[in-house]
Amino acid sequence: MADDSGYSSRVAMPARTRTAVGGAREVTEAMLASGDRRKRIRGVIFVSILLLGLTTALLSIAAMITWAFVAGGPRLNLDLFTNVPSVVSPETAGYRTAIFGTLYVIGGVILLIVPLGVGAAIYLEEFANPKNPFNRFVDLNIQNLAGVPSIVFGILGLAFIVRGPLSLGFVAAAGSLTLALLVLPTVILASREAIRAVPSSIRDGSLALGATVWQAVSRQVLPAAFPGVLTGVILAVARAIGEAAPLLLVGAVTFVTFDPSFFEGGYSTLPTMIYSYAKRPQEELQILAAAGVVVMLVLLILINSVAIYLRNRFERTW
Amino acid sequence: MSSRVISPGVSSDGPNVRSLEAPGLRIGERIIKGLLWLAATLSVVVTSGIVISLLVPSIGFFQQVSLADFLTGTIWAPAFADPSFGVLPIVVGTLTVVFFAILIAVPVGLSSAIFLSEYASKRTRRTIKPILEVLEGLPTVAIGLFAFNVLTPVIRELTPFLPWTGPFSIGVAGITVGLLIVPLVASVSDDAMRSVPMALREGAYAMGATKFEVALKVVVPAAISGIIAAFVLGVSRAIGETMVVLLVAGAGNPVLSFDPTKGIQTMTAYIGSTATGDISQGTITYDSIFAVGALLFLMTLAMNILAIRMVKKYREVYD
Repeated sequence: MADDSGYSSRVAMPARTRTAVGGAREVTEAMLASGDRRKRIRGVIFVSILLLGLTTALLSIAAMITWAFVAGGPRLNLDLFTNVPSVVSPETAGYRTAIFGTLYVIGGVILLIVPLGVGAAIYLEEFANPKNPFNRFVDLNIQNLAGVPSIVFGILGLAFIVRGPLSLGFVAAAGSLTLALLVLPTVILASREAIRAVPSSIRDGSLALGATVWQAVSRQVLPAAFPGVLTGVILAVARAIGEAAPLLLVGAVTFVTFDPSFFEGGYSTLPTMIYSYAKRPQEELQILAAAGVVVMLVLLILINSVAIYLRNRFERTW
Repeated sequence: MSSRVISPGVSSDGPNVRSLEAPGLRIGERIIKGLLWLAATLSVVVTSGIVISLLVPSIGFFQQVSLADFLTGTIWAPAFADPSFGVLPIVVGTLTVVFFAILIAVPVGLSSAIFLSEYASKRTRRTIKPILEVLEGLPTVAIGLFAFNVLTPVIRELTPFLPWTGPFSIGVAGITVGLLIVPLVASVSDDAMRSVPMALREGAYAMGATKFEVALKVVVPAAISGIIAAFVLGVSRAIGETMVVLLVAGAGNPVLSFDPTKGIQTMTAYIGSTATGDISQGTITYDSIFAVGALLFLMTLAMNILAIRMVKKYREVYD
């Protein structure tokens, strides 16, 4: 058996050494192969437990999607999108105004988070001196904000945006601003990550050729970091679309029967409308709520898949 | 550098040698830097805004209700003619949710993370991680509705010996929140375990350790600060979860009880359900939303700072 092994055939050695090597090898292989029976069984049990955990997580997603389609199935038709909410005729009620509300609110969110989030990320990664105590405070503060419960942002929205200094009232713009502040830390953290991943040689090369810091950042670093930044923005938007808790506080629960406008009048969004339907006792409204869940799930899974695709497609290791 | 540039554009070595420094003040550059600084500083403004918006009404609240009564009182009845503001019932409600959530999320999340980091092939990882991310991105309203319509009846069927009453259950709400935070726990601990250097694993293998021993006795202890961070972040997320609790545990039954089969109000459910009702500004009920909000904010703030520290710790060791 010693002859076919790679080691001894390539290296010439005395017969006695060859015997010793062969013996050592056999002992080692025997030890590794049989091992301790109990150890091996323990290993198998361990992997089974791990797989059980993972399966639980994956099954719960599958169960949820299945439920939504089964429970909401009877109402998955065009009425769902074209008809206005109603409690009087629940068989034909839909989500029309809530869909408009979501479009308005999310449109505002995108307009706000892209410049603010990316701008903050650029400043913190490219301009700020990390040793400066103020910058460190800003950094810690953003990480903290990312973990503040969404309903607390609702309180902020109620006190500062709906009432107080901004006094916008219970309008779509207030919901937009509240959600934008909520997801802003996510955008900043993701954009920073993307900017940090751009190797400094690109930056340095640009600076060495006489570019100013901003020229280097805007023409070299940002284009290179773009896919990562975009993924962060998309994921933040997905989160904003599904968010309901803070909107409960800034007015998005009303049964609106007219198409909303941005700065006046009541509004509701898809998730808050689903909640309003689900709270009511009528059976038809429960089905309607489940149908709304289907709409939202399809939309969000689509958006998330785009984000994940973008990340995998453009992910570069420098 | 020995020869500093004295005036822009002209080097001290003589007028013919061009300086490398910018010839002008670069006003545009400065304006851009200023705007970017503003964007970064906005986060501080937001935090200050949160603190102020919570603090001001809370001060008004605590002028009428003593802090001691608030923190130690066992009766929460803000809407009654003779209101009582003992916050303990809804805090216990929140803690029950956290308890059940952790009971689910830590074993499921941690085992998923160990599998993904130590056992899964690259391909399996690339398929499963995005699926977990989808779970993380699912709207909480959807998860709450699913739990109310499916999970609650199923758990009821499985445990007929428990004294189930009414449609709502805080225990099921906790389990649901647990499923919700599985991806969070999994991804944070997966990151921590993957940053454990390969050399530690190889060293253990060389000593004859099995894969199981390497995973459980080398990698997990080495990544423990990250795993604790995942746990703490999970707790923080569970404290703040609103929609699932509103839908599964019901909006309002603030009784002091540890019974998981009952529908009990939590802090977030109180805020969410009270703020949507018609209450006028300036009343003590209105202010109580902010007092509860302040308590909620402080609880999650403590958790988040702890988690940030733990993550920093393992980053410092291995990166």
